[in-house]
Amino acid sequence: MVHLPTDRKSIQVALLFIVFAVLVAGKGVMPGWLLTWPASVTLPIAEWLNQALFFLQDEFWKITVIDVEEDLAEETTAVMLISRGVSDALQSSIDVVRNILLGGRKGFALPALPWTAVAGIAFVIGYALQGWRLSLLAGLSVIYLAVFGQWQDSMRTLSLVFVAVPIALVLGLSLGVLAYRYKVVELTLAPLLNVAQSLPHFSYLIPVLVFFGIGDNAGAIATIIFATPPMIRLTLLGLKKVSVEVLESGRMSGCNNLQLLTQVQIPSARHDIMIGVNQVIMQCLAMVVIASFIGASGLGYTLLVMLGSLKIGKALELGISIVLIAIVLDRLSLAWAHKQPDYRADLPFYVRYKYWLAIVGLTLLSIIVSKFFPYAYKIPRSVAITTAPFWDFMVDWVVRNWYSGLQQFRTFLLVEVLIPMRDAYTSLPMVAVFALLMGAGLFLGGVRSALIVGAFFAFIALTGWWNKAMITAYMVSFSVLISVFIGLSIGIIASRRSFTTRYALLICDTLQTFPSFVYLIPVIMLFQVNDVSVLTAVIIYASIPATRYTIEGLRSVPQGLQEAATMSGVSRIQRLFKIELPLALPHIMLGVNQTVIFALFMVIIGAFIGTQDLGQEIMQALSESDMGKGLVLGLCVAFMGLAMDHLINRWALPRKQELGLA
Amino acid sequence: MAEEKAQAVIECRSVYKIFGENARKLLEESKGRVDEEEFSKAGCIIGVNNVSLEVHQGEMLVVMGLSGSGKSTLVRCISRLTDATAGEILIDGQDLLKMRNKDLIELRRHKMGMVFQNFALLPHKTVLENIAFPLQVKGVKTADSHGRAREMIELVGLVGREKSFPRELSGGQQQRVGIARSLAVEPDIWFLDEPFSALDPLIRREMQDEFLRLQSLLNKTIVFITHDFDEALRLADRIAIMYHGRVEQIGAPVDIVLNPVTDYVKKFTNEVPRERVLTTASVMEPKQEGQELSEFTVAADVIIEQVAERVLSATKPVAVVDGQGEIIGVLNCKRILHILFGKPS
Repeated sequence: MVHLPTDRKSIQVALLFIVFAVLVAGKGVMPGWLLTWPASVTLPIAEWLNQALFFLQDEFWKITVIDVEEDLAEETTAVMLISRGVSDALQSSIDVVRNILLGGRKGFALPALPWTAVAGIAFVIGYALQGWRLSLLAGLSVIYLAVFGQWQDSMRTLSLVFVAVPIALVLGLSLGVLAYRYKVVELTLAPLLNVAQSLPHFSYLIPVLVFFGIGDNAGAIATIIFATPPMIRLTLLGLKKVSVEVLESGRMSGCNNLQLLTQVQIPSARHDIMIGVNQVIMQCLAMVVIASFIGASGLGYTLLVMLGSLKIGKALELGISIVLIAIVLDRLSLAWAHKQPDYRADLPFYVRYKYWLAIVGLTLLSIIVSKFFPYAYKIPRSVAITTAPFWDFMVDWVVRNWYSGLQQFRTFLLVEVLIPMRDAYTSLPMVAVFALLMGAGLFLGGVRSALIVGAFFAFIALTGWWNKAMITAYMVSFSVLISVFIGLSIGIIASRRSFTTRYALLICDTLQTFPSFVYLIPVIMLFQVNDVSVLTAVIIYASIPATRYTIEGLRSVPQGLQEAATMSGVSRIQRLFKIELPLALPHIMLGVNQTVIFALFMVIIGAFIGTQDLGQEIMQALSESDMGKGLVLGLCVAFMGLAMDHLINRWALPRKQELGLA
Repeated sequence: MAEEKAQAVIECRSVYKIFGENARKLLEESKGRVDEEEFSKAGCIIGVNNVSLEVHQGEMLVVMGLSGSGKSTLVRCISRLTDATAGEILIDGQDLLKMRNKDLIELRRHKMGMVFQNFALLPHKTVLENIAFPLQVKGVKTADSHGRAREMIELVGLVGREKSFPRELSGGQQQRVGIARSLAVEPDIWFLDEPFSALDPLIRREMQDEFLRLQSLLNKTIVFITHDFDEALRLADRIAIMYHGRVEQIGAPVDIVLNPVTDYVKKFTNEVPRERVLTTASVMEPKQEGQELSEFTVAADVIIEQVAERVLSATKPVAVVDGQGEIIGVLNCKRILHILFGKPS
C-alpha cells in the first residue's frame, strides 16, 4: 500500500503542481490573453523613460554659457553642464594616473615609471601587507605583465581602476554613514541597492553612454556607479555591528558626534569596511573590463577586439593578464583588511617608514638603471614574449582532434535537450507560470510574498518582454540545475576532509575574483560561438557559489551532532543523508540563490557571443544607445533575480532559525 | 535626614524609563502607577519604574539586581546614555535631563567616568592611547595626555603594557585599562556597570580587592552595578536591590541582611553567611554589672567573621570597644554560635 504524506507542506507542494499541470494541460482551451501577454496592452515604459531622460538632458533648467574668449554664447542645460564637468574631471584624473604609469602625454612630458619600479613597488607592498608569498605573487605578476607584452593594456586598465576605486570608496563610505545616521536614508537606499546589485552590467553602460558618450571617462563613471553599492552595504553593516558598549564608552569619554564617528565607530568597523574596499576593487576591475563596450581602453577593449576577430590565442593571453591582476588585487586588499594595527610610534624614522623608504629607493634605482638598460624601462612589444602561438596551437589541436566529438556532443545537447527545453518554456501559458510562482510565494511567505513575486513578473509581462524573459529563464534554469548538481557533488566530496575543504574554498575564492567576462574565453576556444559555449561558461561560473555554500553548509553542522550520530551507530552514508544534508539544506539553498544570480549575470554577458534572450536585446539597446529599453530590460533581469531571491530567502532563513543554525 | 547632610551628588526623583513607542503618553495616563501587564499589552517594556535615590559625596552605592531588573538601564539614565522617560535626575543640583547636548558633553569630559562589563576598549588603539582617549577628545595635547595616561597605568598596575593592543591582554588586564580610562579625566562620579562580571572568579576577587584599594585612595562618588549579592556586600556603603525596574530596598548591607523588607530581598539574604556582614557592634549585648571579661578586646566596626574564632576560644565574654577604647558592649559565645550556625530569623 502506498502511504501518501499528509502533512501540510506536502499537500501545498502537490496542490501547486496539480494547478500548474492543469493550467499547462488546459492550454488548448484558454483564451489567448492567458497564454501570453497581448502586445496591444504593453506599457511603453521604455519610451517614457527615454522622454524623461531626454527632457532632463535637453530641456530641463536651460543655462546659457558664454565663452568669453571666443565670444560665443552657447545654450545648454544643467544636466549637460554637470555631466560634462564630471566627465572632464574624471578624464583629467585618468590622464594624471596614465602619465605616471605610461609616460607623458597631454601637457606633461615626464617619462613613465619604469616597469621595474612598478614591480619593485608590488614586491614591497606584498611583503609589507603579508610577507614573502604575497610579495612574490604581486611582484612576479607585474613582471609577467611586462615581459609578456601586456604592459600597455594592463596599465590602462589599472589606471581606470585606480581612479574609480577611491571615488567609489568615498561615495560608498559617505552614503553608508548617512544611511547609518538617518533611518530615512537607509530605508530609501535599501530597495535601490537591491535592484542595483541585481542589475546586469550592461544596463549600467547604456545611461552612461547616453549622458557621457564613449571613452575612458564614461567607462570610469559606469565603473564607479557599479562598484559603490557593496561599499554602502558593508559600511552600514560594519557600523551596525560596533558594540553598544563601545559606542557608550565613546560617549562617556566625551566624544561629540564627529569624534564618535571618526575615532570610535569607523575604526571599530574597520574590518567590515576593509572588506568593502576589497569588494569595490574587485567590482571595479570586473566593470572596467566590461566597460570596454563603451570604449574604455585597456585589457578589456583589446580582448573584445581579439574575440571579435576570433584571435583566441591573443584573447587567452589577455584573459590570463586580467586574472592575474584580479588575484593580486584581491589578495593585497584582503591582506590589508586582515592586518592588525602595529605599534610603531616610537621606532626610529628609518624603521618606522622602512617600506616607504624601500619604495622610494627601488623607484630611484630602477629609474637610474633604466637610463643604461632601456629594457628596464620598457619592454617593446616586438621583443616581448608572447604565448599566443602556443594557445593558438592548442586551439587548433583541440579543433583537429576533438572537433567531431565536441560537435556531436553539441548537436546532441542542442537537439535533444536545449531546444525542446526552450520550446517547453516559451510555450508555457503565462497564467501557469504566474500560478506556480505566486502559489510558491503564498505558501512560503503569505499574501505579501505572492504579491511581491507577482509584481516582479507582471513588470516583465507589462513591458512586453515575456517571451524573451522565458528564454533567459530556460537558460538560467538549465545551468542552475547542472551547477547545483556539480556544486553538491564537489562540495560533498571536498567537505569530507579539512584540507580538501580548505583547498576547495581557496579555489572558489580565486575563481570568484575573476571578472565574469573572462569565463567566455576558454569556452569559445572549445565550442566556438554558440548557445552551448554560453551555457558552459554559465555553468562553470555558477558552480562556484553552489560548491562554496555546500561546503560551508556541511561544515557548519555542529560537531556534537555529528558525534552523537556516530555514537548512535549511523553509517557514513546515513549520516550524510539523514543528518548533514538536511541540516545544511537551508544554507545550500542560499547557495542556490547565489547560483541563480550568478547564472543570470553570466547569461546576460553571454549575449556577447550570441543568445536570443533578454541579454541580446540589451546588447542591441547598447548599440542603439536606447537608454529606456536598456534600463527596462535590465530591470526585467533584476526582477527575475529578485523574485527568486525573495522566494528562496523566505524558505531558507526561517528554516535556518528553526534548526538553530542562524 | 536629607536636610542635615550636604547636597547629594546624584539625586533621582521618580525616574521612569519605559521602552516603546507610546511610552510617554501611557505613563502620563497612568499617572505614574505603572502596571506591567497593561504596559506590555501596549507594546511597552518597563526598564526603570519610579526610582528615587540619592548618592552622596564619597559614597559607594551598589545597585544589585538580576538580569532584566533594570539596573543597567538605571545607570544609563543617570549617565544619560539613554533618556529617562519621566522624572528628574540632578547631578550636583543641575537637572541632567534639561541639559543641552553641548553641556552634557562637557559634563562627561570633566565629571563622569564609566567602566563597562565587556571592557569596551577601542580595538585600534594601544593601552596608552585608550587611556589617553578621553583627554584627547577634550583637546589635551598629546604629550600631556600621555603623561597623565602613564600615571593611570601605574595606578592600575599595568606598567610595561603601554604599547599592547587590547587583543593582546587578558580580561583582567583589559578591565584595568577600562578602569584607568574612566579615571583619566579625574571624574567626581564613577559609574561601574558590572565591571567584574565577565572575569573568572579568582580574577574577580583580585579585582575587587584592587578596586577597594583604589577607592580608599580616590574616594569617588560611585554607582556600582552588579548581579552578584556577595560582591555587593563586599563593596557597598549602601545597596539598592532592584526587581522589575523598582528599587525593592535601599540601605546599608547590615540593614538589608537583618531586616529584609520584601520576600524578594529575603531570598537573597537567606543565603548570606551573616558573620560576613554583621559587625561586632550590631550583635553585642550591653555589659552587665560586675561581668568578668576576657583580657583582649575587639573593635566595634569589624565583621564577626574576623573575630569569631578568638571570641569562641575565649572562656569569658569579650569586650567591644569604640575608637576611644571605651567599652560599649560585650560579645557572648552563645550569640556568635547562633549567628554562625543558627537559622536566620
